[in-house]
Amino acid sequence: MSETKYTKDHEEIKIDGDIVWIGITKHAGEALGDLVFVELPDVGATFDKGADFAVIESVKAAAEVYTPVGGEIVEVNDALPDNPEQVKEDMDSGWIVKIRMNGADDLSDLMDEAAYQAFCAENA
Amino acid sequence: MELQTALYPYHKDHAKSMGEFAGYMMPFYYEAGVLAEHKAVRESLGLFDVSHMGQIALKGDGVIDFIQRITPSALEKAAPTTAKYTVLTNEQGGIIDDLIITKLADDHCFAVINAGCKEKDIAWIESQLPAGITLTRYDDRALIALQGPKAEAALSIAIGQDLSALGYMRMAHYGDIWVSRLGYTGEDGFEISVLAGDALALWNKLIDDHGALPCGLAARDSLRLEMGYPLYGHDIDAETSPIEADLSWVVRKKDADYIGGAVIAEHVANGVSRKRVGITLIDKGVAREGVSITDADGNEIGKLTSGGHSPSLNKSIAMGYVLAEYSAADTDVFLDVRGRKLKAVVTKLPFIEAKTKSATPKGKAA
Repeated sequence: MSETKYTKDHEEIKIDGDIVWIGITKHAGEALGDLVFVELPDVGATFDKGADFAVIESVKAAAEVYTPVGGEIVEVNDALPDNPEQVKEDMDSGWIVKIRMNGADDLSDLMDEAAYQAFCAENA
Repeated sequence: MELQTALYPYHKDHAKSMGEFAGYMMPFYYEAGVLAEHKAVRESLGLFDVSHMGQIALKGDGVIDFIQRITPSALEKAAPTTAKYTVLTNEQGGIIDDLIITKLADDHCFAVINAGCKEKDIAWIESQLPAGITLTRYDDRALIALQGPKAEAALSIAIGQDLSALGYMRMAHYGDIWVSRLGYTGEDGFEISVLAGDALALWNKLIDDHGALPCGLAARDSLRLEMGYPLYGHDIDAETSPIEADLSWVVRKKDADYIGGAVIAEHVANGVSRKRVGITLIDKGVAREGVSITDADGNEIGKLTSGGHSPSLNKSIAMGYVLAEYSAADTDVFLDVRGRKLKAVVTKLPFIEAKTKSATPKGKAA
């Protein structure tokens, strides 16, 4: 049974055992505007908690995507560089990477959906 | 507190993304989004608020000589109502601003200057003004750019004037409505100077009656980038000469009797060590201002000054300065984007052909 969480940087996270799917929230997708490219990391690359691991290029600017957990990239969504708008879809097709998290990471700073909605409303 | 243009009430209600630009609160894009706005200008009709730009007049006997002193352009033989793209130069041959000057008469010129350079330009021009020439600011005017293939038909009806005979880079006055057939998109179109109080009504009429799509600064940027038009403070500045900036066509040949003329004449005669070029990415990605341009061995040969996605080409394009030996079209270069070495190629500007009126005369087969 997987669990969905959100970050203050507007990543959407699906936690499935030690595998964490990372994408962006609907709210972030709307704020980015028209997308032109998604730059993905290499499979096997490792990132510390809080590091930027991917870049979403909109017609306006480059937006970095951060990982809320440290770990190793086990899979990347190869469809995104050619179809960057897909990153705005639900996690099933809009996920960016799957990362195998280091055991020790603390996930308590992640928000559930209600907390995230409240966070967006507060910062609107 | 940011300044507001006369069209701010519209932007406030309709812009999807707004922000500060040159001290003004301006729309980046509206509901339709940047790609749709860009496409509207290329294929149909787009509308821009460019009221943040400065509108000024220079009047008095000898004004043409004065302009030929502060710019490298030739205006003395130009027919009245002719507009010219040119640059204000400093003593070092660098560019204080790029601007469009329209010769209205031998003693009267109109000019539109960049928003971010407005106060600097006016102070500079005033410091150079000879006795008998005056500078007038039109701070009470708004400026609307109507751009795209449908511009002539739409504006002719909207203001009740037949604009079919108004040539490219020409200006016409209809009472308080001043119309110039030019723009910064590469499309046919007009910049319309109106009294600030009349701006909103004309803006809404062009949208409601003529289907013009309001466009923000982001589309303005992608449109001018496709045309290779420089953006002041990015692609050109006080440190770049018109020759380095690939703007040698604005420099008159008959003399160098203008501010910075000695340096610029030397650049013309002996060449320059770096040049502004267009660059097309071959690898996937987007490369923006500040990215390092390298040769195949990773040696830096220049930096990007602009860059982004080209909606018309569906490719990434950029502009920047490279060492002169790398400036020929089709030269292979690399762009260092966050440590990734993206393959790219020097490309002749513009990236796409201009469709301004003179470039496609009526009756010419497509």
